[in-house]
Amino acid sequence: MRKIPLEERKKTFKEVALGFKKEEAIKEAKRCLQCKTPSCIKGCPVEIDIKGFIKFIAQGKFGEAIKRIREKNSLPAVCGRVCPQENLCQKSCVLNKKGAPIKIGYLERFVADWERENKKRTKPKLKRRRKEKIAVIGSGPAGLTFSSEMSKRGFKVTLFEALHKVGGVLRYGIPEFRLPKKILDREIEYIKSLNVEIRTDFFVGKTETIEELKKEGFKLFFLAIGAGSPKFLGIEGENLNQVYSANEFLVRINLMRSYLFPHYHTPIKVGEKVGVIGAGNVAFDCARVALRLGKEVFIIYRRGKEEMPARKEEIENAKEEDIKFIFLATPKKIISDERGNVKGIVCLKNELKEEDSTGRRTPYPLEGSEFLVELDTVIVAIGTKPNPLIKKIAPNIELTEDGYIKVNECFQTSVPYIFAGGDIVSGNATVINAIYQAKKAAFFAEKFLKKCMM
Amino acid sequence: MRSILKKEILVSFSPRIIKLKVEANFTSSPLPSQFVILMVSPYGERIPLTIVEKEGNAITLIFQEVGFTTQLLGSLKEGDSLYSLIGPLGNPFRAQKYGKVVVIGGGVGVAEMFPVVKALKKEGNYVISILGARSKKFLILEEEIRSNSDKVFISTDDGSKGEKGFTTQILERLLKKERIDLVYSVGPLLMMKKTSEITKLYQVKTIVSLNPIMVDGTGMCGSCRVIVGGKVHFACVDGPDFDAHLVDFDDLLKRNSRFVEEEKKILNEKNPFISKEGNF
Repeated sequence: MRKIPLEERKKTFKEVALGFKKEEAIKEAKRCLQCKTPSCIKGCPVEIDIKGFIKFIAQGKFGEAIKRIREKNSLPAVCGRVCPQENLCQKSCVLNKKGAPIKIGYLERFVADWERENKKRTKPKLKRRRKEKIAVIGSGPAGLTFSSEMSKRGFKVTLFEALHKVGGVLRYGIPEFRLPKKILDREIEYIKSLNVEIRTDFFVGKTETIEELKKEGFKLFFLAIGAGSPKFLGIEGENLNQVYSANEFLVRINLMRSYLFPHYHTPIKVGEKVGVIGAGNVAFDCARVALRLGKEVFIIYRRGKEEMPARKEEIENAKEEDIKFIFLATPKKIISDERGNVKGIVCLKNELKEEDSTGRRTPYPLEGSEFLVELDTVIVAIGTKPNPLIKKIAPNIELTEDGYIKVNECFQTSVPYIFAGGDIVSGNATVINAIYQAKKAAFFAEKFLKKCMM
Repeated sequence: MRSILKKEILVSFSPRIIKLKVEANFTSSPLPSQFVILMVSPYGERIPLTIVEKEGNAITLIFQEVGFTTQLLGSLKEGDSLYSLIGPLGNPFRAQKYGKVVVIGGGVGVAEMFPVVKALKKEGNYVISILGARSKKFLILEEEIRSNSDKVFISTDDGSKGEKGFTTQILERLLKKERIDLVYSVGPLLMMKKTSEITKLYQVKTIVSLNPIMVDGTGMCGSCRVIVGGKVHFACVDGPDFDAHLVDFDDLLKRNSRFVEEEKKILNEKNPFISKEGNF
C-alpha cells in the first residue's frame, strides 16, 4: 500500500498508509479466485462474506460491498486498519501458495473509506422495537459491537463509558497515524445512528451501580471494560519521573492530545533518548509516537527479532522510521543522575532456551552480563491486567485467579443477567477477537432475554 | 449536568480560592475523600478535585487558582458548563468511632478535611480540628468546621490569626499532652509528611489523603502511582487515603514535580488557542 513519504511521516501524526485508489482496489479485487469453498472466510473471526464483498468491488459496486461487510461487522474502517490480517483472513487465502494473498484488509478499508467519503451510509433496518433496556459497560470494540448488535435486534441500548470520549483502546491506545480519530468518530456515529444511547463520564459501579441501573429497568448487562490496568516491571527506579506506563503515555498522547501542548492543556515530558520495554503492538505504538516527537527510540525486548508479537507491517514501518532494537535484554534496574532524572536502564543479556506454551522460546538472563542502555525516558509496554475496580463494578460475579471474568460458552457470567466479552474475558487480545466475542454474546443474550420473557 | 449553579469567591486575594456548585450525574452520596475528575474545555486536562459536599444533584468543589487549569476553572461563571466531569472516584474514608481524633488541614486542604470532620463527628468522636493557612485572609470554612468540631485550633504562617507557625506544631503539643486515637491530615505534601513524622514518634495511627498527578482517575494509567509500604499503589483506585507511616513522601514530592516546567510554560503562553473564555 502507498504510504506518506518517510521524511514527512516521521514528523506528523498523519495516517501512514494511504489506502487503495479506486483502480487499485478493483485490480486487487479482480485477483480474487472466488473459491467455491473460500477458506478466507473461516480465517475471519466474524466470518465476513469476503468472497462476496470482493466480487462487488471487482464490479465497481462499492455500496453493495460495504453493505455486505456491515452485515457482519460494524467497525470495518477500524478492522481494515488494525486487524492482523496476515494471521487471519489473509493467512488462509489460497493465493498464499503463490506468495501473494489478496489484501483483504486493504479492500475492507477501501470500501469503508469510500462509504464515508461519499456519504453513502445506509442505515440497516432495525427490527421492531422491544421494550427491554440493555446496559453496555465500556465503549471499546466489544462494547460498540454488542451495542450495535443488540440495537439491530430491536433492544433499547445504553452504552456507558467512564472517559469523556467513546472508543476505549481505539481512542486512547491506537495512535492517530494508525487509526485517525476522525474515522473512529464516523464509525461511532454509525453506531449512534442505530439508536444506541451513549453516556460518557459514567463509571458504572461509582456513578451508579448495576443494582441501581437494574431498578431503572435495565434487564441485561454486558461488561466490556477491557483489561486496562498497566503492568509494571517491579524493578528499582520504576517510579522515577520519566518512566511511563504505555497506557499513561498513550492516554496523554492519543486521548488528551498532549503532543499539541499547550494548544491542548495536558502536558507530556519526553527526553531525547527513549527506551520502550516490550515488542507488542502497544510497544510499537509508543515507540513510533516518541519518534514523531523527534526522539531517538529504542525497543528493548527480552526475546529475539523473530519472536516479536507485533504486526509485521508495523515492525516494518518502525524499521523504516529508524527505530532501533535491543534484543535479548531483561531490564534489571532504571538508574538516575544526581537530580533524579532517568539516566539509563541496566539490562541483563538473555539466552533463549526451550519453547513455552505459545511456541516462543523462553528467555533466561545470564548472570553477570549487565550492560547499560543510556536513556532519559522509559516507557513500560509489557502488557496490562484487569482493573481491580471490577469488584466494585460487579461485586457478585466470579473471576478467574488472574482477575478476569469467568464466562460460560454463551459469554454469560456467574450472574445470569450479566454477560461479558473482550479483553476482560480473554486477556490482551485483538480488536477483532473482542468484536467476535461481542457478537456471540449478543446472539446468546437475545436468547436469554427471550427465554426470560416466556 | 456539569453546569455551574453557583459560584462564590472564598478568598479574593491571589491565588484566589473559589467555591463552585456544579450539577453532577451521580445519585449516591459521596463519602469523604472521594473526588471528581473534570475537564474545563475540550482542550482541557483532566484534574481531580475533592467533593466537599453534595446536596441533591449539586456537588460543592473548592479549589485554589494555583495553575493554568484552576485559573481557567476560576474564570467560569454561573450558568457556564464544564466539558466533562466524572465521579465519585476513589476509595472513601469510612469514619468510625475512634475516640479522640485530630484532623489537620492546610491551605485549600481545609476544604478537603471538612467532610472528614463532619463524618468523624457524626460517628461520635471527640474531634479536634487544626486549620492552617498562610495568613488570616487565606483561611476558609472556619465556621463550618467549628460547628462540627469539639475544639478548633488555627495557625497562620504570619501570625495574623491564631498561632504563628504551622499546624504540625499544634499537633505535636497536643500529642505530648494527651492520648489521641487517630490523626487525619490533608493539605500540602510537606505538611502531611511532617504530620506523619511527628505521629510516628507517638505511635498514633495516621491517615493522609495523597494528591499525586492523575489523568484518567480510574486505574488505567498509573500516573498517580505512589509507594506505600514498599509497594506501588494507584492513588485513584487504592486511595487517595493511605496509612501515613507507610507512605514514601519523598518519592511523591519528586513525582509531583514532573511537569513543573510545562506548567510554567502554559501559564506564560500567549497562544490564541488557549482560551480563557467560559463557554466552549
